Amino acid sequence: MADKTFVAAEIAEPERRKVFRKIFRQLGAATVITMFGKAVLDSRPARAASVLRPPGALPEPEFNAACIRCGLCVEACPYDILHLASWSDPAPTGTPYFVGRRDPCRMCPDIPCARACPTGALSPLLTDIKKADMGVAVLVGHETCLNYKGLTCSICVRVCPIIGEAISLKSIKNERGVLQIPTVDSSKCTGCGTCEKHCVLSEAAIRVLPRELGLGVEGAQSVGRW
Amino acid sequence: MRRLQAVLYRNRWLFSRRIVQLLIIAAFAVELAAGGYFAQGNLSSSVWFGIGLTDPYIWLQSLFAGAPLGKAALIGVVIVAVFYLLLGGRIYCSWVCPINLVTDLSYWLRQKLNIKSNYTLSKNLRVAILVLSLLLSLLSGTLAWETINPITLFQRELMWGSVAGATVLASIFLFDIFVTRRGWCSHICPVGAFYSELGRVGRLRVKATQAGACHGCAECIKVCPEPHVLAPVVSKKATYVTHGDCTRCGACLDQCSTGALAMNLSFKKTSAFKGIPVVSSD
Repeated sequence: MADKTFVAAEIAEPERRKVFRKIFRQLGAATVITMFGKAVLDSRPARAASVLRPPGALPEPEFNAACIRCGLCVEACPYDILHLASWSDPAPTGTPYFVGRRDPCRMCPDIPCARACPTGALSPLLTDIKKADMGVAVLVGHETCLNYKGLTCSICVRVCPIIGEAISLKSIKNERGVLQIPTVDSSKCTGCGTCEKHCVLSEAAIRVLPRELGLGVEGAQSVGRW
Repeated sequence: MRRLQAVLYRNRWLFSRRIVQLLIIAAFAVELAAGGYFAQGNLSSSVWFGIGLTDPYIWLQSLFAGAPLGKAALIGVVIVAVFYLLLGGRIYCSWVCPINLVTDLSYWLRQKLNIKSNYTLSKNLRVAILVLSLLLSLLSGTLAWETINPITLFQRELMWGSVAGATVLASIFLFDIFVTRRGWCSHICPVGAFYSELGRVGRLRVKATQAGACHGCAECIKVCPEPHVLAPVVSKKATYVTHGDCTRCGACLDQCSTGALAMNLSFKKTSAFKGIPVVSSD
């Protein structure tokens, strides 16, 4: 008898069952689509080390959230060095970047690109272009750099907009004699990319890299000593 | 001459819309003789004569992605949001959005080629995509919809000749022709869904001026991109189109030969129903 009423009660509310089934189906679909969407977004290219952000750009994760991809900075740049990333570019779609080797930042003292930014993704707090941090120049090619071969090319030193401060020649002595080595002062370098642009090699021996990539970061890694 | 006048009159809203749409594209794209452009930036955020305008939906995504926003953008968001809030959100869709040119062309071709196949999609789909885009912005810390948004993609890439931009646009074009009638704008695009929600109470509305003039031919419903918004008016249950989905494109006004419909801007608190009994739809 008890069994019978139970069954009857269940059949009496088929609507409720239908609603629950619908809710669970939709929740399931929402979960799957969210996970899929997240995976797709995560697999979009992050900013590659070879492309640089305009001066005043927030650290990459904050920049990616704050930049609304409007391109006002691109239009504000008097030298047309900035581009908005297309789908195939190695940066989140629609975000501004420049490639130092192709066309470096000219370091306008009034920073028109950062002034044009409506959201603060290019920080309005940056007022002195020499304090900009687009990256840091690193002499990566110790075997290809002509100065390491005993010549005095030194083009990177001579084109640096913060001349004599951001890159200077330091002499070192080795079996070839005294070498004049272009040496970057990381506290002065803004990462404008002018040195990379003018390096005479077919691929630049000096490159602007994101700071943590170019300099490393202080502090201990847990796997370092075991 | 009279014929031309008639054609112009029969398409007055359509032609006005096309002119506005093309002018907006031109303002961004055509360089002035004196240098520079009328409008800088793109439809995410632009500067017109020194006044910044920012798309509230993109701003919202940025907010969900975790960004503190600059004052300039906030002012621009308020200007745009108030405009659409007062007049009607989806004015953006039919008067500003460049993708409308593509999807309208699709629809026109669909009619010409007499394509009947229609994969029915729910109107709620775009609301779901809207919610999803905000959720994904929150989860991934990036502007989720901006990764594929064809509106800004059109301005960023297609105008400067990019394959990726053309591919997206072509897929929307083909989707609207072969898969779903008014598929993109009326069922998928979350920008439209956002503006529909934003402009629910917009006061620029299609109004049934002379209820007696309408003889119920329903031609207006046939041309309407969102036919459900007109139904209460045609069935004489309401004098105004009050649904947020109405894009104010004016297709119904162009089509109506009886003069029963008009576009009406009124900020009066209550809209008095004159001579038409209000019957609730339930």
